[in-house]
Amino acid sequence: MNSDNAILQVQDLCIDAIDRHGKTISIVSNINFSVVAGQVISLIGESGSGKTTISLATMGYTHPSCKIRKGKVILQGEDLLSLDLSQVQSKRGSDIAYIAQSAAAAFNRALTIGAQVTEITVLKGLMTRQQANKHAVSLYKQLDLPNPETIGELYPHQVSGGQLQRLMAAMAMMCKPKLLIMDEPTTALDVTTQIEVLQAFKRLIREQNVAAIYVSHDLAVVAQMADDILVLNNGKMVELQSTQNILNSPEKEYTRMLMEAVPQLQLSSTSHQSSTTNIDMQDSDHDDPEERCLTNLLTVSNITATYSSNGTVVLKDVSLKVKMGETIGIIGGSGSGKTTLGRVISGLMPPSKGQIELQGRVLKNTYKQRSLDDLRQIQFVFQMAESALNPRHRIRQILGRPLEFYLSMTGKAAEERIIELLDLVELPANFIDRFPRELSGGQLQRINFARALAAEPKLIICDEITSALDTLVSKAIIELLINLQQCLGIAYIFISHDLSRVAKLADSIAVMRYGEIVEFNSTDKILEPPYHEYTELLLNSIPRLRTGWLEE
Amino acid sequence: MSLSRIKLLVEKRILMDLSLIITRRIAIGVVTVLVVSLIVFAGTELLPGNVAQAILGPGATPEAIANINARLGLNQPAHIRYIHWFGNLLHGDMGTSLVSGREVSVLISERSSNTFLLAGVTAIVAVPLSIVLGLIASTKPNGLIDKSISAITLTLISIPDFLVAIILVSIFSVHFGWLPALSKIRPDSNFFELARMLVLPVTALSFTIIAHMTRMTRTAVLNELTSPAIEMAILKGVPKYRLLLVHALSNAIAPIINVIALNLAYLISGVVVIEMLFNLNGLGKLMVEAVTNRDIPLVQGCAMLFCAVYVLLNLFADTISIIANPRIRHPK
Amino acid sequence: MTKMQAKSGPFRDLLQNLTPTAIICLLILIGLILLAILAPWISPHMPTKILTNESYQLSSDTMLLGGDYLGRDMVSRLIYALRITLGVTFIVTVLAFFIGCLMGFLAAVLGGIWDTVLSRVVDALIALPAIMIALIVIGALGSSLPVLIVTLAIIDSTRVFRVARALAMNIVVSDFVEAARVRGEDLKWIMWHEIMPNALGPLAAEFGIRFTYAILFMSALGFLGLGIQPPHADLGLLIRENMQGLLFGSYAPLYPALLISLITISINIFVDWYLQQLDTALPNEF
Repeated sequence: MNSDNAILQVQDLCIDAIDRHGKTISIVSNINFSVVAGQVISLIGESGSGKTTISLATMGYTHPSCKIRKGKVILQGEDLLSLDLSQVQSKRGSDIAYIAQSAAAAFNRALTIGAQVTEITVLKGLMTRQQANKHAVSLYKQLDLPNPETIGELYPHQVSGGQLQRLMAAMAMMCKPKLLIMDEPTTALDVTTQIEVLQAFKRLIREQNVAAIYVSHDLAVVAQMADDILVLNNGKMVELQSTQNILNSPEKEYTRMLMEAVPQLQLSSTSHQSSTTNIDMQDSDHDDPEERCLTNLLTVSNITATYSSNGTVVLKDVSLKVKMGETIGIIGGSGSGKTTLGRVISGLMPPSKGQIELQGRVLKNTYKQRSLDDLRQIQFVFQMAESALNPRHRIRQILGRPLEFYLSMTGKAAEERIIELLDLVELPANFIDRFPRELSGGQLQRINFARALAAEPKLIICDEITSALDTLVSKAIIELLINLQQCLGIAYIFISHDLSRVAKLADSIAVMRYGEIVEFNSTDKILEPPYHEYTELLLNSIPRLRTGWLEE
Repeated sequence: MSLSRIKLLVEKRILMDLSLIITRRIAIGVVTVLVVSLIVFAGTELLPGNVAQAILGPGATPEAIANINARLGLNQPAHIRYIHWFGNLLHGDMGTSLVSGREVSVLISERSSNTFLLAGVTAIVAVPLSIVLGLIASTKPNGLIDKSISAITLTLISIPDFLVAIILVSIFSVHFGWLPALSKIRPDSNFFELARMLVLPVTALSFTIIAHMTRMTRTAVLNELTSPAIEMAILKGVPKYRLLLVHALSNAIAPIINVIALNLAYLISGVVVIEMLFNLNGLGKLMVEAVTNRDIPLVQGCAMLFCAVYVLLNLFADTISIIANPRIRHPK
Repeated sequence: MTKMQAKSGPFRDLLQNLTPTAIICLLILIGLILLAILAPWISPHMPTKILTNESYQLSSDTMLLGGDYLGRDMVSRLIYALRITLGVTFIVTVLAFFIGCLMGFLAAVLGGIWDTVLSRVVDALIALPAIMIALIVIGALGSSLPVLIVTLAIIDSTRVFRVARALAMNIVVSDFVEAARVRGEDLKWIMWHEIMPNALGPLAAEFGIRFTYAILFMSALGFLGLGIQPPHADLGLLIRENMQGLLFGSYAPLYPALLISLITISINIFVDWYLQQLDTALPNEF
């Protein structure tokens, strides 16, 4: 990596965090890399790897609870860390620009979009207000935003998430920065929206010839955007190489693990094959459920559901069947109704038409009306593990309650069963007296699952349980689910937006859009042509783990 | 559909939405006043001992009592009396004082100017001072200035307000003799006399108000300063003064106004003690005397006036914080 | 992120973070409470005993802080008034909390018509300034102890209602409450096991703040002559009785006032520290 004309050079960067009690912990150490004009380098890692902290540090900024212990951040020859605040502030917005992860949070909701986009240029006297507005409109046009002439007069809440993300890009590019930092800019978006935004970003970067840092945890997306990849783990550099090298011949074990954890679809068609790097996983055998002659567990017939507050129809005439011990995947984007379907089945939301039968018995519409045993048979696991567990209860109480409530198990028998459950979800027995705040995201989701298992249900509804987790952790959870199903024969309804992950787990998949099931078939049949047009759109939107896919 | 036509329709809808919201707020306010009137009426009806007896004294004969009862309409069933009373209220007729025989509305209007003067001056002094102090405190959180302001305000809200008044009186009136300990405001008092008489009561009243408002302003502004939008603005290179005054304040203004309205309402209660202490002839003192004398119509009149102001202020605060929210001004 | 901690409980974390100021305040409060409880044994004289014919006597060997307007020992008067003030305020606050929390949680959990009705009633009660309500009721029923306690408790419970309801509303929308509901748990269980443990922290802080408001309010009533009646006295009445002493150069009215301030300032500082530990703010001030 030649650093002669490097826009940015990071040398020996070390950052500490200071917790509430005054203790310092090293969170980033010995980071070295550089970026030249027109080059995109990606910082990739799981949460806690320090990637965001490092990217902020390249602007000379740290969170209030962090301190840069040593190192240099050299921007066009000047070490940012040695400048005082006003000097650094003068560089921000004009020489360095930042695109945040969540545009909705980053825009001030009390000011118009246009005011915020043009603010810095006008403030720093780089352009007059008229010039700034004109330039902004031209950027909006470049980013394919609707109504570019007038969109600046709107307030942030009046535009969609994808549009807001692009507006943030426009705001960043206003001053023609030399260095652009993008912090997971597409994480909050739908798969289909993500594509458009990525393409827009890539175009902008190439045209303006900026040096860019792209922070992400999603290796497939990064493969599309970056020329070079820096893999991070626990605040330390693992590997720094060109994208091609990382994808084709990763040197370090950790990098290999990351690659393997990315779910790749094994499609049986000829048009979209996985590349020669072929890091695909062992899919569990998907026997045709019809052949296995399993009995029917759940029948959902013609469910229609509406929001009582404004009457919008969320589910239209939805029907599906779940057999004992099988997994149904429900796929869709936001607004498809997939989560609502899960909530209707579990009784959290009553349908306005249609019925649900469990093993031949018609279930009452809401959980308040259902019998205890009916409630026990269908368990619901939430997406955000942290908020699904009472922070004031110890694990003992969290897992013990369903035992006591459904199975009247208390005392010594309950304690033994709790330890069994912990073992089933691969957690140590001494967790029994811990509080949720002492556990990591993945561990919490396991506890969530253990709580569902405690009731000994026949069906567990998983509502996007891996969507908030890191790649490696998600992979582990999915494997856990598969193992448990083989042991215990529980049926799953697995709701997700991530088709590639669901394909690994599900025997059958239901694809949903706008409240309707667009296609419902066994996984193999869904993934082989001819595809339903929406399924094809979804399949095409999933970034592949090879370069150049985005351009296709 | 041209853009301007769309704009017009959207604006119409916004106005409709806004007026809907405000109307709903007003309706809630009206209901509150109604409920309050019930409480006031029921409360005063609890006053035991025949009012007639209280007026006539211990040597009253049963006939005299019955006479007064009939004359004052005290022997009618409660709900009829309530309807009469409320009806009269809406016409501005608050009945006649049992003690002085004068119209309650007249008594109130005489004294109310003094209370409004006291409250008004306090508000004008306290509000801007608090906002400025709160902003200063939040520029450098946990810095020296912030900690001092926090310590002082904490002390002030813990002290009974009459203690502040007592200390002020003992220093400035008793010890130095500069300012009067009692505020005998007369209709013909000139500006300087008024000023001299108001200095101590206003100061005493404003200390607590300033303390509360400063703390809440600080909290509201600091709350905004920790939001992701502010972090983004910092990363954009926005200078500090603009960060505070434009970015943070634009979002904090609604809770701050809320706070101001709440505190102004508190003025109404704080006024009672201060008026008693300084012997200021205002509504607070009037009400205490009315209660002591069991002068029911006067008590009712004062109570209703006080709470009407309270409700109005709350209504105002609510409406402002709704309007300040661009989500409502410009719906999707 | 290092999340591994040795066997910890919420209490242990708190104890580790005591600052010097917090400790001082805590000690002051404990000292005052002990003083109040042990009043009959500690007080040098009976509070009603007249020791001299002079008013506002300056401090002497028998009367450490001097005498009041009737010639009684200030120290004894202060200790017994402290006892009454702390005792009554404690009862009032506990009662207010009981009513306010129960109603607030019910309103948040049941929602719908219950919430609307309860909130409207509380709004109306809060619309009347506390002083007004107290004046009306006391004017009607006199200043006996039960009347004072019940009136103040009801007034305070409305503020507690608002805070409890706001807290519960925040908690009720959490996933774990929904998880409990879909499990089939009933109302009582949810309120007691899911909501209460999470609301306890901020509620404890609110208890402290309500306590200070109750003391200030009672003192104000005492100062107006409408609170506890002689010969018993709370600290507010003590101030009122001895107001004239200022003109004679006696500090008699200042002692009770300073004592009140000492209590309320200590509580406020302690609650501030406590809230910082919780890392939260109370949803509603006032």
